[in-house]
Amino acid sequence: MERSEEYIKNERKQEWRVELQKMTKAKDRMSIERVQMTEMAPEERIKSQRVEVNVGLTKEEAILEAKRCMDCVNPTCMEGCPVSINIPKFIKYIERGDILEAASVLKETSALPAVCGRVCPQEVQCEQKCFYVEKLNLPSVAIGHLERFAADFERESGVISVPKLAEPNGVKVAVIGSGPSGLSFAGDMAKLGYDVTVFEALHEIGGVLKYGIPEFRLPNAVVDVEIESLRKMGVEFITNYIVGQTASLDDLKKEGYKAFYVGSGAGLPRFMNIPGENSNGIMSSNEYLTRVNLMGADSEESDTPVLRGKNVVVVGGGNTAMDSVRTAKRLGAERAIIVYRRSEEEMPARVEEVHHAKQEGIEFLTLTNPIEYIADENSRVKQIKVQKMELGEPDASGRRRPIPMEGSEYMIEATVVVVAVGVSPNPLIPNSVEGLEVSKWGTIEVVKDKMQSSIPEVFAGGDIVRGGATVILAMGDGRKAAANMDIYLKEKYLSKKVEL
Amino acid sequence: MNKIVEKEDFSEKVVKIVVEAPLIAKARKPGNFVIVRVGEKGERIPLTIAGADVAKGTITIIVQKMGVSSTKLCKLEVGDYITDLVGPLGKPTEIHNVGTVLCCGGGVGVAPLLPIVEGYKKAGNRVITVIAARSKDLLILEDEMRKNSDELIVMTDDGSYGRKGLVTEGMEEIIKREKIDECITIGPAIMMKFCSLLTKKYEIPTMASLNSIMVDGTGMCGACRVTVDGKTKFTCVDGPEFDAHKIDFDEMMSRLGGYKEEEKGKMDHFQN
Repeated sequence: MERSEEYIKNERKQEWRVELQKMTKAKDRMSIERVQMTEMAPEERIKSQRVEVNVGLTKEEAILEAKRCMDCVNPTCMEGCPVSINIPKFIKYIERGDILEAASVLKETSALPAVCGRVCPQEVQCEQKCFYVEKLNLPSVAIGHLERFAADFERESGVISVPKLAEPNGVKVAVIGSGPSGLSFAGDMAKLGYDVTVFEALHEIGGVLKYGIPEFRLPNAVVDVEIESLRKMGVEFITNYIVGQTASLDDLKKEGYKAFYVGSGAGLPRFMNIPGENSNGIMSSNEYLTRVNLMGADSEESDTPVLRGKNVVVVGGGNTAMDSVRTAKRLGAERAIIVYRRSEEEMPARVEEVHHAKQEGIEFLTLTNPIEYIADENSRVKQIKVQKMELGEPDASGRRRPIPMEGSEYMIEATVVVVAVGVSPNPLIPNSVEGLEVSKWGTIEVVKDKMQSSIPEVFAGGDIVRGGATVILAMGDGRKAAANMDIYLKEKYLSKKVEL
Repeated sequence: MNKIVEKEDFSEKVVKIVVEAPLIAKARKPGNFVIVRVGEKGERIPLTIAGADVAKGTITIIVQKMGVSSTKLCKLEVGDYITDLVGPLGKPTEIHNVGTVLCCGGGVGVAPLLPIVEGYKKAGNRVITVIAARSKDLLILEDEMRKNSDELIVMTDDGSYGRKGLVTEGMEEIIKREKIDECITIGPAIMMKFCSLLTKKYEIPTMASLNSIMVDGTGMCGACRVTVDGKTKFTCVDGPEFDAHKIDFDEMMSRLGGYKEEEKGKMDHFQN
């Protein structure tokens, strides 16, 4: 799994790659326009929570797009990938028409290629480092679309490859949380020959991929196939099991688990602590999305209720806010409105998500901040008092600080409010493990790049360490933790075997 | 796991279920709760644990038919499996030897009170318990409570059993009679509110165990938020027990009705 420069160079010199490089002139490659992802029409897609917006590329589109890739001597795109996918290699397999090979390249380092191809912010990662962007000032190769294409092609072909696994070494490791970080970790450890069990608190595997990200962006079936791949690699999954509550870390040690990876996520939703916020009809994005995505509350057949309303206001400007507001539209809101305290430019949401939201008729009230909720006689929210904001000097995040404008308050109507202003780390693990060092924000402290906590056999990554980040960064942490836990366990338990 | 091994109808509305859950049976402490889900379209609902048998690997839950989910659970029979069962959740009751403890339970709130009464007794306290129900047929766990309490007072709203009157009437009599060091109240929100007002008058430290709406039960959704001492807390991870004198019961009661219309819609759909 090493991604040394030498390895990458040697791979590039393989006969088939050289042949492809010679087949098309650089000038001809550069003259191809970047592929456009086909999308479902906005008026159609807002009728269902479970219709995917992006349709995917056809094989012809994918091969043509793959041709654009210059197969650079120094593939800078790879520097932008938190899980070090061999990007030119998989793209060149697509150019060659060997899509299944392309998919297996993805699986060498990514446990969830079909997921990453959909939800990774490629525009600020691999694609931002693409030769086209860096040197030509042209749109990058559509690496994300191609990744999704290869992963989808494999899934739809029914011929699903299982990555090469090392001989089982009999060492048991436990993963706490089955979100992207835990799954990525589990995949790498299974490849290294470990006996991996993933413990999940909810009744479904997948964490935020299931309860958080809506199906119009990431279908559950796609996630399930990736989980099935991990099962085929020998990873065991246990649902309805809260480590620290159902059983302690010490109990698991007695059962033979030698090391732990905590990927329990950023479970605790933040609120703004403004008057009236506990009125009925106001909820966290976690609650709203979980009711719909995990519990299926968009369907009449589900026993779980969800609040619907004429005017749904979502507070926040991140991807979760976009997911919530677009969900509201799909649940029949006449007006679905984003209220965000900075301007559109500072929104942390992906540009693509904001674009899709606008296509779907989402309204944006930027430079506006809620300061009070007004409820009716039944304690149900009916109005929000908001305040206009202006931008001042940049703050710690590098974005311009929003400053309230005195006397600019006014009321907006709201029958449902979803608060999507961020999350805090879930306290269950930090509270239940003695000796675990935790920051003042409640995140688990780890040695950077090793992901090892103050307890040597406990590693951690993803949002429980970062406090709130992306799927792919969480996955990158999982890979780093796996590599370092492997070194730790080999030294401690397997050194004799290694010498043999 | 999750197999129902025993079932008893306490009344038309209230059912006792004993279910296989060896890990929860071992780990649970007084005050903990579980989340259950019945069927693939089922809702996750929190339920308090009324007891556990570590040797048999079972826990006891007592369920009142309220909406679709509790009704579905009550319809399960011995030998059936509960689709999902997870726990124990929430912080356990802090039980110490404080002297004399007054334990007050109403309706199905008597069920989670039982392990707490047992806990206080085991810790060496003098335990006086008041249990209440609307009428005789809705009264539960009388024998178990009597066995674990130094004194038991039974109150019914209609006087069909025990003494006629509200739980607070029984409580006040005790409070006037002897020194109470600590009080705990579990039951309908309105009952807990009045218990709390009463003990506040007499300055008796009091805990109340809340039954808020929850989805995941692990701190993730925030549906269970409640104002305690002016601050927002999550019942699932910060509770379910809080200092009763600091709980905003009016807000809590209104939040319990937050999905009233939607729940009624689900019930109509279920019944048709």
